[in-house]
Amino acid sequence: MIGGLFIYNHKGEVLISRVYRDDIGSRQAADSAVFSSSGPFPGEWLEANRRNAVDAFRVNVIHARQQVRSPVTNIARTSFFHVKRSNIWLAAVTKQNVNAAMVFEFLYKMCDVMAAYFGKISEENIKNNFVLIYELLDEILDFGYPQNSETGALKTFITQQGIKSQHQTKEEQSQITSQVTGQIGWRREGIKYRRNELFLDVLESVNLLMSPQGQVLSAHVSGRVVMKSYLSGMPECKFGMNDKIVIEKQGKGTADETSKSGKQSIAIDDCTFHQCVRLSKFDSERSISFIPPDGEFELMRYRTTKDIILPFRVIPLVREVGRTKLEVKVVIKSNFKPSLLAQKIEVRIPTPLNTSGVQVICMKGKAKYKASENAIVWKIKRMAGMKESQISAEIELLPTNDKKKWARPPISMNFEVPFAPSGLKVRYLKVFEPKLNYSDHDVIKWVRYIGRSGIYETRC
Amino acid sequence: MTDSKYFTTTKKGEIFELKAELNSDKKEKKKEAVKKVIASMTVGKDVSALFPDVVNCMQTDNLELKKLVYLYLMNYAKSQPDMAIMAVNTFVKDCEDPNPLIRALAVRTMGCIRVDKITEYLCEPLRKCLKDEDPYVRKTAAVCVAKLHDINAQLVEDQGFLDTLKDLISDSNPMVVANAVAALSEIAESHPSSNLLDLNPQSINKLLTALNECTEWGQIFILDCLANYMPKDDREAQSICERVTPRLSHANSAVVLSAVKVLMKFMEMLSKDLDYYGTLLKKLAPPLVTLLSAEPELQYVALRNINLIVQKRPEILKHEMKVFFVKYNDPIYVKLEKLDIMIRLASQANIAQVLAELKEYATEVDVDFVRKAVRAIGRCAIKVEQSAERCVSTLLDLIQTKVNYVVQEAIVVIKDIFRKYPNKYESVIATLCENLDSLDEPEARAAMIWIVGEYAERIDNADELLESFLEGFHDESTQVQLQLLTAIVKLFLKKPTETQELVQQVLSLATQDSDNPDLRDRGYIYWRLLSTDPVAAKEVVLAEKPLISEETDLIEPTLLDELICYIGTLASVYHKPPSAFVEGGRGVVHKSLPPRTASSESAESPETAPTGAPPGEQPDVIPAQGDLLGDLLNLDLGPPVSGPPLATSSVQMGAVDLLGGGLDSLMGDEPEGIGGTNFVAPPTAAVPANLGAPIGSGLSDLFDLTSGVGTLSGSYVAPKAVWLPAMKAKGLEISGTFTRQVGSISMDLQLTNKALQVMTDFAIQFNRNSFGLAPAAPLQVHAPLSPNQTVEISLPLSTVGSVMKMEPLNNLQVAVKNNIDVFYFSTLYPLHILFVEDGKMDRQMFLATWKDIPNENEAQFQIRDCPLNAEAASSKLQSSNIFTVAKRNVEGQDMLYQSLKLTNGIWVLAELRIQPGNPSCTLSLKCRAPEVSQHVYQAYETILKN
Repeated sequence: MIGGLFIYNHKGEVLISRVYRDDIGSRQAADSAVFSSSGPFPGEWLEANRRNAVDAFRVNVIHARQQVRSPVTNIARTSFFHVKRSNIWLAAVTKQNVNAAMVFEFLYKMCDVMAAYFGKISEENIKNNFVLIYELLDEILDFGYPQNSETGALKTFITQQGIKSQHQTKEEQSQITSQVTGQIGWRREGIKYRRNELFLDVLESVNLLMSPQGQVLSAHVSGRVVMKSYLSGMPECKFGMNDKIVIEKQGKGTADETSKSGKQSIAIDDCTFHQCVRLSKFDSERSISFIPPDGEFELMRYRTTKDIILPFRVIPLVREVGRTKLEVKVVIKSNFKPSLLAQKIEVRIPTPLNTSGVQVICMKGKAKYKASENAIVWKIKRMAGMKESQISAEIELLPTNDKKKWARPPISMNFEVPFAPSGLKVRYLKVFEPKLNYSDHDVIKWVRYIGRSGIYETRC
Repeated sequence: MTDSKYFTTTKKGEIFELKAELNSDKKEKKKEAVKKVIASMTVGKDVSALFPDVVNCMQTDNLELKKLVYLYLMNYAKSQPDMAIMAVNTFVKDCEDPNPLIRALAVRTMGCIRVDKITEYLCEPLRKCLKDEDPYVRKTAAVCVAKLHDINAQLVEDQGFLDTLKDLISDSNPMVVANAVAALSEIAESHPSSNLLDLNPQSINKLLTALNECTEWGQIFILDCLANYMPKDDREAQSICERVTPRLSHANSAVVLSAVKVLMKFMEMLSKDLDYYGTLLKKLAPPLVTLLSAEPELQYVALRNINLIVQKRPEILKHEMKVFFVKYNDPIYVKLEKLDIMIRLASQANIAQVLAELKEYATEVDVDFVRKAVRAIGRCAIKVEQSAERCVSTLLDLIQTKVNYVVQEAIVVIKDIFRKYPNKYESVIATLCENLDSLDEPEARAAMIWIVGEYAERIDNADELLESFLEGFHDESTQVQLQLLTAIVKLFLKKPTETQELVQQVLSLATQDSDNPDLRDRGYIYWRLLSTDPVAAKEVVLAEKPLISEETDLIEPTLLDELICYIGTLASVYHKPPSAFVEGGRGVVHKSLPPRTASSESAESPETAPTGAPPGEQPDVIPAQGDLLGDLLNLDLGPPVSGPPLATSSVQMGAVDLLGGGLDSLMGDEPEGIGGTNFVAPPTAAVPANLGAPIGSGLSDLFDLTSGVGTLSGSYVAPKAVWLPAMKAKGLEISGTFTRQVGSISMDLQLTNKALQVMTDFAIQFNRNSFGLAPAAPLQVHAPLSPNQTVEISLPLSTVGSVMKMEPLNNLQVAVKNNIDVFYFSTLYPLHILFVEDGKMDRQMFLATWKDIPNENEAQFQIRDCPLNAEAASSKLQSSNIFTVAKRNVEGQDMLYQSLKLTNGIWVLAELRIQPGNPSCTLSLKCRAPEVSQHVYQAYETILKN
């Protein structure tokens, strides 16, 4: 299991260091460090022992000259897992054959928990909250085994004030412990709202890789259903969408419905759920039922690859005129209902490193050559469906004797559209709370669809 | 309130200031001071001197302060064991606190203080906490048992904590169950023999129930534990799989991967005909693909695992090629892994797409990635024959880019393509030669030199090209030097007239001026070969090369199986067994996939063929010899070479014109031009004298002769016995027997390929043996042997090979070569295959010979349990060329006088006495070579009893 967890700043200085197991760091090295130092404090041996692992990572990874070649590094039989958030490094260290996927999941979770407590993960925030972080690390990792890491539960007993314990009643205490260890670790009992309300956001990112000739090389939608729930008690929820498998199953009974809704159903390649969803029920009946955490959470993630509506098409045309000039023409076409509006459209056209000047003409929006990013960035605020727009640019190049050809990175695009490119539709979200007297009809429900570009690239 | 100020106090005398503050009366000040201490500790300052002062702050009702003090204690208790005792009282008291959070905190922290004296005090509180009414305390105590075990294993056993821990598996709270499982699994790892976890259908059921209820982390602990369970049959395996599959939809990738591990492992036990098997295969693909939309670090872990899964069960992801296409912004480690998987999934169906992608990648920025992409194009060419042409033209396009490392990489792979498809793409050689100057890496240089040498006859200026490399011979790496040596010798054999000077130059550079033994030895071998027998040299050096296999860099099957058991863990990321990177005994228990159960065995026989036959019955496999021996065998395996051993004469040849006569035969039409060539013999005496001598003499010392007589039993033609088990020969299994039919002896072989790769280029050779048995024809395996395929071959044998007396007499040592390696085994042949057809002796002659052979040469044997009459015995023996010369009846006993002749002309005379009604008969043998008697007797017994 995880032997220790370190947090470094960009210079490689240790901000947080928590060792769970003794085996971290090599003893010989530590011993020699003690004997070579002039006035050994007794604590120095242990300190050197630990420092060894800490330093090994700094020297070999953070200060390494090369780009990181692997998120897992083995130095002297010690394995280091790291993730980076802005310029902060989180490293988990172990000497055993641990579950690697679990360690990374844990590191991400750790970031989420910290973000939930104090916002952005930065050197300043970590220094400001180091006591809290130690307290969290003590709670969510025991002897290197991850424990309950749901922020909802943690916030009930680890607070930045740290004095709550004195005012807790016995009931409160046992409520905390049963929540932390219980079946429904993500929700506490006794939540009350005057107005029961829930928000569903279907957030999709559509990914595309297209050849210069307009052939779709790969396309998929990765979507998330994010729910914000303000519901009283322990509500039992059931979520339904136009999943092909479900619709077809129901369609068997009423042929009518199949013809009506069958066309609109979508094939979901795979989906994963928040831990509140009863997976065995999904596996057997394909129904999504759960007791939601209070507040915002990600109910499910899914992926589709069939019948994706690609909101935009990019048609590039790059012509090399002699050795010192490039002519670029890019057309974008919107491909959705004319009544809908796409927003925040941005087309990024890469330029060679030896570009000396660029002239741009575009019909719509604004385009600018950004030398620091080696790209022409073309922004359009709004664009309706079934429209077309064009940009043309002349790129002057400096003559170089660089043998290597320009790699021609793909043209990428960003946008936001008010529909789900996968075609996913929320059919229902039913709420039952048997103990309290509100029914499904009393709950106010809001549904919103947002489609965004993921990696939306066209090669040129 | 911000804490960052604590990081900034760095002035001198700080320790004393802190001391004062710690002893302050004001609570707030104390807390501030402790925070400062922790901050100093974090940045690596030694604050152990403050131990007593910090411990004094422990008695507080402020939970935050308490936690800070505990943190300090965990760090420094080991260096101050005596002082740490001071803290014990507080711990014990806290373990009784009404607040479960404090009880848990105390027991958790106490376990982290690794001081022996403290552990003694820990036992009582721990025992109570394990049975605490609050699940939070119990789940913490469960982990504490593992901590305590790590400090003092004996103590944990003595105190009976293990049993309590086992009870917790049945706890009502899922998190307690999960932590207990985690703790037990860890403890069990350090006691591989103990049946600590004791998994049985009941406990498995409990775990599966808890699986649905506990936290994501708990699910991982439970799934990892389940993976170690061995279901008793395929039904149980299936029912567990059914309950694990819902986990594939979990948002936590580690849960998914651990579930995949359980499924991959238990799938081994399911029959492939089962509908469920197919369903399961289909269910595995989507979650694996979904893992690729996780964060890059997790993608990396997933890809490393998918790499294993694709090798183990290619069918799962064979249609998912597109998801492995590299994205421009993927981190380099993800790109490289995706590329690897793309090649593994490449097939005729998707090759066009793959190639288009690879070409795209070859123009990217990252050097490693580009190189790998170029290499991948080459591998595609080798893997999918239909695509070879397109691959080659793509590679040529890439060479035109003149990007140095792209060109070099392309040349390396083109060399492999030449090896795979000889005489097909040589037209590109000209283009390759244009780029000679840009090659600066040894591998590329060596590849180019190989190409020049191999196709010397088609390259007009091959000699010039090679000569240009020769100039800086000593600055080249060994790889290039060796290749250059071989290439020039090839060139010489192909164009002897123009290149004598060159070959002499390289031979002397290699033998005289180099201190690399490999190079020197290879130089000497070539020199000797060229000087003694240029024809043989031509056969050896220009021999047709085996085609290279399709799949390179596959993980060896047993390691792959082991790694499948470690899906999700570091071992699967490193592709190494845990023992390779874990110190000490922990976690190095060797894991293996479950065997298929009986009900499914019929469907899957090759993998499970019983290999557990009694060891005595199996012919011994000679352990792998050194490389040198293998190399030598490689050189002259093939049609048996008759004639005197090559090098017996080489020693005295000294300074004579070594190539003189030999060259004539090499060049035929222009003899006079070469006569005058002076080849100076290798100057040192260190030449191995019997370089060319039959390998047998070398081998025989190494052979350990312990074969039993197992191969003799069976019918007249003994049933085939396994001579070379697959385990000892990298997947090649050989079984066989000997037959004699109408005067010709043959060895009937059955070759089975139990490896993953195709086997080609079989050859066989015998060591010298007692009767000069030798293959009369090369081993003819017409088509490459694909995995799980079996061929039957009858290899005709002659008895004119070289003779050496073996012990036992009928021992035969065999070397079999294929594209993978050379393997050795020995077997015993039944002597009756050597009994010739004209073995009937004239009556008079028989009597004379019988008398002539001295009595001490007579041997008597009892053949028991052989209820045959004289007639039947006689005819049975005759069919095996044991001829009855005369028959007499003496006192109710039938006396048969028989003769037989061995292939080497040895006569054996026999008197067989058969008593009607008595199942055993007596055999007296007379022979001038009495050592054969024992084996003739065995032959008699074999024939009569079958």
